Amino acid sequence: MSAPSSAPASGLAQIGKSVFIKGELSGSEDLYLDGQVEGSIALKGNSLTVGPNGQVKASVEAKGVVVQGKLEGNVQASDRVELRKSAVVTGDISTQRISIEEGAYLKGKVDIHRTDIK
Amino acid sequence: MSSVSQTFMKFFRGSSGPETIPAQGSQKLTRRSSGLGELARSWETAEGLCVLDLGSTSPTNIRHFTERGHRIYSEDLLTASTDPELPTTDEQGNAVLDSRKFLADNLVYPAARFDVVLCWNLPDYLDESLVKPVVGRLWSVLKPGGMLLAFFHTRDAGPDSPCHRFHIVGPDTLEMQKIELRREARRGPTGTVHTAITDGFQLQRVFNNRHIETLFRDFASIKFFLARDNIREVLVVR
Repeated sequence: MSAPSSAPASGLAQIGKSVFIKGELSGSEDLYLDGQVEGSIALKGNSLTVGPNGQVKASVEAKGVVVQGKLEGNVQASDRVELRKSAVVTGDISTQRISIEEGAYLKGKVDIHRTDIK
Repeated sequence: MSSVSQTFMKFFRGSSGPETIPAQGSQKLTRRSSGLGELARSWETAEGLCVLDLGSTSPTNIRHFTERGHRIYSEDLLTASTDPELPTTDEQGNAVLDSRKFLADNLVYPAARFDVVLCWNLPDYLDESLVKPVVGRLWSVLKPGGMLLAFFHTRDAGPDSPCHRFHIVGPDTLEMQKIELRREARRGPTGTVHTAITDGFQLQRVFNNRHIETLFRDFASIKFFLARDNIREVLVVR
């Protein structure tokens, strides 16, 4: 899974840093989130990227999750989770694979479920 | 020639202690740990263990346990103890940290959850007012028969002994990394947001064996491992 290191790629749904959303967020495309979201985020089959300014207080369900900002809530990723060095995550993570950069902060559980046999 | 002399000298060294291995970037110390070695036998043979790591978030430790099919919880209590909303005064007017608030925000788990708790050097660097309450909470979240590993400086350690992070790199081998200045902001379970600027941590006290036994008196058993680097390793069983 590829993910932008800072700025989102073109063609990606985006929530800018001045936007605040409270409620249930769902979709069928990849999402780059650099604003504030409270509630829940469901992107089954797609990827969520929390940008460096992103502040998420929500449960997250997606195929892949990349965190560069702050996320408070449980994360269920069917494929992969990446915590970049600026990530601050409070919550439990359940995924098949996880990558954590040095400097990332995690307060919570990491549970790896491997469903694919290669 | 230098590798031969190093091998020769290993015969005269104890089973635990630091060795300096230059790595890319900052220098890290590797350390043999007898306590870790004994504790590791449990997670090398068992499945689905629940582990609590109370040090700084360590990608190495997370990978170590998840690769073996275990669940790992990460909770950096030292950094959490720098919450600016914790300082208060006790009945005598002494400056202390609010242990009730600390435990409302941290170590919030159901009883008897964990098979293994990795305390590392937490008791040595944690504020005095939090040590006993934290150990009491750890007792309650450990399963009966669960084990806790902690490191304590001996009397020979100077007051400026640096605080390290510990990464598991082998069955009985740790990589020690000095904690550097960092800025962190995060929200606890109750919604409190705290920003901490940590300039490493200072050694708060030196426990002797009696103090350690008293601290863990509610545990079923305690075992000491002495090391050559002024560290006393302690393995307790709930």
